[in-house]
Amino acid sequence: MPDLQSFLKTLISTSGLSGHEAPVRCLIEAAWQPLVDETAISRLGSLHGLKRGSGPEPRPGLLLAAHMDAIGMMVTGHSDGLLRVTEIGGLDPRVLPGQLVTVHGRQDFPGVVVQPPSHLLPPEVSGKTAPLETLLVDIGLLPEQATQEVQVGDLVSFAQPPIELSDDLLAGHSLDNRASVAAVTHCLELLQGRSLQWDLWAVASTQEEETLGGALTSAFALRPALAVAIDVTFGAGPGSPSHKTFPLGGGITLGWGPNIHPALFNAFKELAERLEIPYKLEAMPHHSGTDAYAMQVVAEGLPTMVVSIPLRYMHTPVEMVSLKDIRRAGRLLAEFAALLDDKFMEKLAW
Amino acid sequence: MMPDQELDTPAPPEIGEAQLALLERLCNACAVSGDEGEVRKIVLEEVRPHAGQVTVDALGNVLVSKTGQGEMIPRKSTAGQARLRVMLAAHMDEVGFMLTDDEGEGIFRFDTVGGLDAAQLVGKPVYIGKEHVPGVIGARPIHLTTRDELTQKITLESLRIDVGPGNGGKAHIGDRATFATQFARLGPSLLAKALDDRFGVASLITLVQQPPPNIDLLAAFTVQEEVGLRGARVAAYSFDPQVAFALDCTPANDLPPWETDEGRIENTRYNTRLGAGPAIYLADSSTLSDPRLARHLVQTAEALGIPYQLRQPGGGGTDAGAIHKQRLGIPSISLSVPGRYLHTAAGIARLDDWKNTFALIYHALSRLSPDLFALER
Amino acid sequence: MKALIQKLVETDGPSGYETNLRSLVRSQVEPLADQVWVDNLGNLFARKGKAEANGLKIMLAAHMDEIGLMVTHIDQAGFARFMPLGGVRAQNCPGGRVHFLNGARGVIGVEKLDDPGKGPAIDQLFIDLGASSREDCPVKVGDVAAFERPFIDMGSRLVSKAMDDRIGVAVLIETLRGLKSSPHEIDFVFSVQEEVGIRGATTAAFGLDPDLGLAVDVTSNGDTPKGTKMDVHLGKGPAIKVRDAGMISDPRVVAWMIKTARQAEIPYQLEVLEMGGTDARAIQLTHAGVPAGCLSIPCRYVHSPSEMVDFNDVQHAVRLLIALLSQPVGLE
Repeated sequence: MPDLQSFLKTLISTSGLSGHEAPVRCLIEAAWQPLVDETAISRLGSLHGLKRGSGPEPRPGLLLAAHMDAIGMMVTGHSDGLLRVTEIGGLDPRVLPGQLVTVHGRQDFPGVVVQPPSHLLPPEVSGKTAPLETLLVDIGLLPEQATQEVQVGDLVSFAQPPIELSDDLLAGHSLDNRASVAAVTHCLELLQGRSLQWDLWAVASTQEEETLGGALTSAFALRPALAVAIDVTFGAGPGSPSHKTFPLGGGITLGWGPNIHPALFNAFKELAERLEIPYKLEAMPHHSGTDAYAMQVVAEGLPTMVVSIPLRYMHTPVEMVSLKDIRRAGRLLAEFAALLDDKFMEKLAW
Repeated sequence: MMPDQELDTPAPPEIGEAQLALLERLCNACAVSGDEGEVRKIVLEEVRPHAGQVTVDALGNVLVSKTGQGEMIPRKSTAGQARLRVMLAAHMDEVGFMLTDDEGEGIFRFDTVGGLDAAQLVGKPVYIGKEHVPGVIGARPIHLTTRDELTQKITLESLRIDVGPGNGGKAHIGDRATFATQFARLGPSLLAKALDDRFGVASLITLVQQPPPNIDLLAAFTVQEEVGLRGARVAAYSFDPQVAFALDCTPANDLPPWETDEGRIENTRYNTRLGAGPAIYLADSSTLSDPRLARHLVQTAEALGIPYQLRQPGGGGTDAGAIHKQRLGIPSISLSVPGRYLHTAAGIARLDDWKNTFALIYHALSRLSPDLFALER
Repeated sequence: MKALIQKLVETDGPSGYETNLRSLVRSQVEPLADQVWVDNLGNLFARKGKAEANGLKIMLAAHMDEIGLMVTHIDQAGFARFMPLGGVRAQNCPGGRVHFLNGARGVIGVEKLDDPGKGPAIDQLFIDLGASSREDCPVKVGDVAAFERPFIDMGSRLVSKAMDDRIGVAVLIETLRGLKSSPHEIDFVFSVQEEVGIRGATTAAFGLDPDLGLAVDVTSNGDTPKGTKMDVHLGKGPAIKVRDAGMISDPRVVAWMIKTARQAEIPYQLEVLEMGGTDARAIQLTHAGVPAGCLSIPCRYVHSPSEMVDFNDVQHAVRLLIALLSQPVGLE
């Protein structure tokens, strides 16, 4: 892997909307292959990278899940050469007008999301936010070309190129959750040449933004002893309430709530303190909003944990993240994998 | 199936003072969804001396299996298996709060866990964390509130849990809190927080201690029911039972309706009525009960003269909602004690309703036979 | 096939109470399938064929249940209140007729509305069964009814209640009948409780754990006056689902369906449905995950008592399914 920043820039410059993750998966697989013993693709398209442990069989496994799918849009129809779209994942329609996009038709077409002037919108929208169904994507083609080249169901990705704000700060789309994919990759790098007792499954999961289906089915297939979801969380920034956010570059968060096994939380907390990795407890009173929600209730149930990286402006094309935090997450995960021994599961007794 | 008078089922254990004392301990314990340790401890103490196999799974469910005895019942069974593997589920968790932000000076912002109406919270004492640190949810004095504000609904955003200036170190972000209400007996009724579902937990403990001998009892004391039926889901996957019952507590909204000039408006949405006996479920948002089990419960109640009511089909959900969809599908139904003011600081229920609920489930289990499933759903 | 459709839509099977319908479907599929069975929730399975070396285990699902209602209360004057089973729309109810599984019939009335412009809520509706007191009301709490509306054959357009998803059931039966040879083991699943949350297909898919799954269900349309903007039209062929609110179809399955339709010269449309979900979701998410898709029959006025489909779309759907199943599956 090249350095973290250029790897992450490549990751977010490669498409992979929910349910259609193949392009970005190829890139991640190429990065992981030298770092793991084997890779495989699940039936729903998730990437599984296995770093085999050295403990006796049957060996328990640790599953690290970072979803690789991104939010975006999908074409629903044509209107005088322009495209109507719907969302993939959750989008705020107020952010969309004027955004540069790529329409993945017969070939990739650059385009822009446009909001028609108010007198052309339905009267009930007048003076209010224009909902997504009233917005259009213009790819500059003539109507007959557009219907020829783009069909219903084609994908629309954000085209905003990555923005390097400093050596440490990167902005762009799809950092949710490619930042975590980079963290897991960093973890695998740190483990190079180190022997683990447990098996380590690195999973780049699919469809998190829609159904959590990738992590659900991969956890069912792999049946690890422990599962950790790595995702982004709300970074403190303008407009976001301080009690629900965490400072960018100020460290990672450790989830706490019903989706998290309390003893697993404690193990991560003690480890973070020992490694002097700054962290904050992130209260998740109900649904953690991550792959952990699905993985916890797979089959007979799994002890799950959530590790998060603060990110500003989530679900916009200018998400912002600190590479320091990504490295911290990667290091914490690597050291956690390294400390797992044949006694660890006893700590999880209720 | 005809009610079978010849079937001499064993007499159920009584719900007596010992069970009431158990219920009191259970109701006064604090066990918000995801943090069920206090109730789990009581359950383990109570079931360990009596149970065959007891495990605590990855989510914290207590799973108890107890093998039945012999083939004494069902007498008329034509199916190959003598004993059914029967899952009973009661959830240990209750609705409550989690502290989410420390504003200093003992003041904490909090979020609700499970279905709680913010209007029910204001002015209530609470216990925080494993040490039951006392705190209050305060309200602005009426003197400092405008007339217009008095008509506005109170929002969760505006509320705080206050452990008192100087006590800030006693509570922490992530701590759970519940209402501080203490169990009390009011004539024929019981008043407590968390009757939903400590009734079920107390019933299921009693069943484990003195089970009907004809079945393999698979008791699941579940976690996280109030945040999405999550414990029951994995418990059912583990047990893979042939049939399942959720023992729960359901609202009795049988309060007097408003009177108009023409007279009283009939209350058409009471869900259940206090004092009318155990509530048998036909449908809620999570489950369409197996009709064979609904018939079995009704016939058992009628054969034995146990009062019962049909819970009004409608919203809500129980552990049965998660259980019946596991694996190849599990015939499931719920049976509840009716209770007023559930998911508030103080619920009220009738002792007789609990006694009758327990009697009904015990007899229904005693009379359960594989014949019931000879007919397709 | 029209006679079969008529029989299917005129048999009542609200969610959770599919017994009558299951008997009818079983009588149809038993002579055609190798093996027929019913599971704990009431799903009906009909298995055909054995997977050859280049074959797969394929699950096809169409749900037997339809939306309906269950009685929650009988008042002193003999009127019944109800809860919906599935996505019943209150505005479609007033004046409608219902048919209870015990044979009783009723009409739906509505309370005086404070704001008639807003339309009623479900709890402002009641069923009048011609009773004058609670005692002489022919139904009780928990009794279940389906909406009543006769089948109309308009030539190419067919109208009835419960086209959702009896038309899918009919397509599956006709596919089973028409399929002459296949390298696959195919499980035709007639599922239950789809309308209340895709419950039957969840356990059916778990039991089968297929290599590939397709649901056959109805979808919405965008071809009525001032309707939803949706690029699906009655009569332009069955729709290959790209996504709905519950599932993103496996892109490999979508590509295979498109390719097959083109090769067989069967008209098709591509469907992006912004709400709703089908049994395919349950198939996709079972076990270690299953490549899944959905073949949809465009349908107007879904969840009203007068659901309309185009018979040509239905016949093309059968042809497309047979074309898909007759050959080895190439997922790319």
